[in-house]
Amino acid sequence: MSHHIVQADNLHYIYPDGTIGLDEISFKIHHGESVALVGSNGAGKSTLLLHLIGCLTPTKGDIRIGDYPLNKKNLKAVRRSTGMVFQDPDDQLFMPTVFDDVAFGLINFGVPESEIENQVMKALEIVGVPHLSKRSPHKLSGGEKRAVAIATVIATMPDILIMDEPSSNLDPASRRRLINLLKTFTHTKIIATHDLDMALEICERTIVLNKGGIIADGNTKELFHNEKLLLESGLEKPLTMQGLR
Amino acid sequence: MGNLQNNLFDIFYMDTLACSKTWIHSLDPRAKVLTTLLFVGIVVSFGKYEISILIPFMLYPVIMITWANLPIIYLIKKMVLLMPFAFFIGIFNPFIDRDIILKIDLTFISLLDIARFVDLTKFIEIMGLQNSTGVIEISGGWLSFFSIMIRFSLTVSAALILISTTGFDSVCLALQKFRVPSPFIVQLMFLYRYMFVLIDEASRMVRARSLRTFDADSKMRFSLFVPMIGQLLLRTLDRAQRIHLAMCCRGFDGHIQMVRKMSFGMKEILFIAGWSFVFVMFRLYNIPLNLGILLSKLY
Repeated sequence: MSHHIVQADNLHYIYPDGTIGLDEISFKIHHGESVALVGSNGAGKSTLLLHLIGCLTPTKGDIRIGDYPLNKKNLKAVRRSTGMVFQDPDDQLFMPTVFDDVAFGLINFGVPESEIENQVMKALEIVGVPHLSKRSPHKLSGGEKRAVAIATVIATMPDILIMDEPSSNLDPASRRRLINLLKTFTHTKIIATHDLDMALEICERTIVLNKGGIIADGNTKELFHNEKLLLESGLEKPLTMQGLR
Repeated sequence: MGNLQNNLFDIFYMDTLACSKTWIHSLDPRAKVLTTLLFVGIVVSFGKYEISILIPFMLYPVIMITWANLPIIYLIKKMVLLMPFAFFIGIFNPFIDRDIILKIDLTFISLLDIARFVDLTKFIEIMGLQNSTGVIEISGGWLSFFSIMIRFSLTVSAALILISTTGFDSVCLALQKFRVPSPFIVQLMFLYRYMFVLIDEASRMVRARSLRTFDADSKMRFSLFVPMIGQLLLRTLDRAQRIHLAMCCRGFDGHIQMVRKMSFGMKEILFIAGWSFVFVMFRLYNIPLNLGILLSKLY
């Protein structure tokens, strides 16, 4: 893929029970950009992420991932280029051992067997947990599970990294390690989060969602200084900015 | 809740056992799966009144437990836990099948399994047994009940030994190599992986309930149990959906493949051949019976 652009045009989604999930959303995310998706609970962050990986089909509107419009025909190619880290690592780690889990995507995407071990260990080294390769996922701590979940995704070398609440349920040290790790990634990153401090550190751009629609899209620092906007969207100024007047 | 959590750790222990480093553990999983299947197949192939011919098969679990250095008390506890299933399958046999087919002469103290190999009257004649006082008569129902219990103990212990020396995932992998249909293996793997998550979720719900139960009688009422089970099912369905999404995102197409180095060498061939020979011998020759006849003739 030449340009890892993520583009949404008038995206609209209504849940089967009639709830509006997304309301006329449009944005364009360029190659290498780190974008935070913030908003209160139920604002539509997770719904939007599920659209970006083709797990939900929009009621109206289009999505383009790189060179492909997102439709059934291109789904495999799109999923090859996007990697999604789910909120609960237990949902993501379903294989008997960490090694099998990281290898799962590689095997499915047709990586030759001789290269798999190498690539699995490389991905585990990047997230700093190569020693866990033979362990069962259910025996790992929360931070370790998160690291492995990220490894399962980066092993397939996606162009676009999509993450749903990556820092939730992590202790401060694990959260710091995660932030430092994410800073080193050059992928296009789309991170849905309530952790505005993390968003401030990693993402130069932020999209604020409210009731399924975009109410602000711009520079993270500028948006987070706008207390009225934050209040409107059920958010609060990041702790690191609260001391700065 | 305590019980749930304890059981969880108990299952963890089986995983830990599978990581030991004896030569049995290092064998290719396929060899162990094949041997276990052969063992189970032969043990269940006997007629319903067979008892004595099953006894020599106990050699397999005993030797395997010794070689693999497994904690016998732990395995027996697991077997006892499953015992009621076999017990209720067989317990009605003594009431239905009342024909006398085994007689034990207290003077000779000979345990004779005669249903299959020797004609009853001829046998009594040979051995000098008479249907009079001093002879214990056992009905076919009791024989088949004990036969079920022995077979249960043998097969379950073989399965427990297989899991404790191989690990559940390696057993699945071996089955995959034997071309067992993929959906079956996927179900087994997911059952094992998410059993822990489900127990964890259930124990959280039970804990939440117990923390808000203030009356002295803290037993769960049926009216509360039903919605809780329902809630657990809904949570499970939700999770299943999320897992499926996660799998689809990484290119899942209905087949799970695993890459593991396996080597099937001379050690494995000898292991299978050795045990197969022993099992076939035990199947063809009723060793306890022949031994009994031999001893009776000697004395």
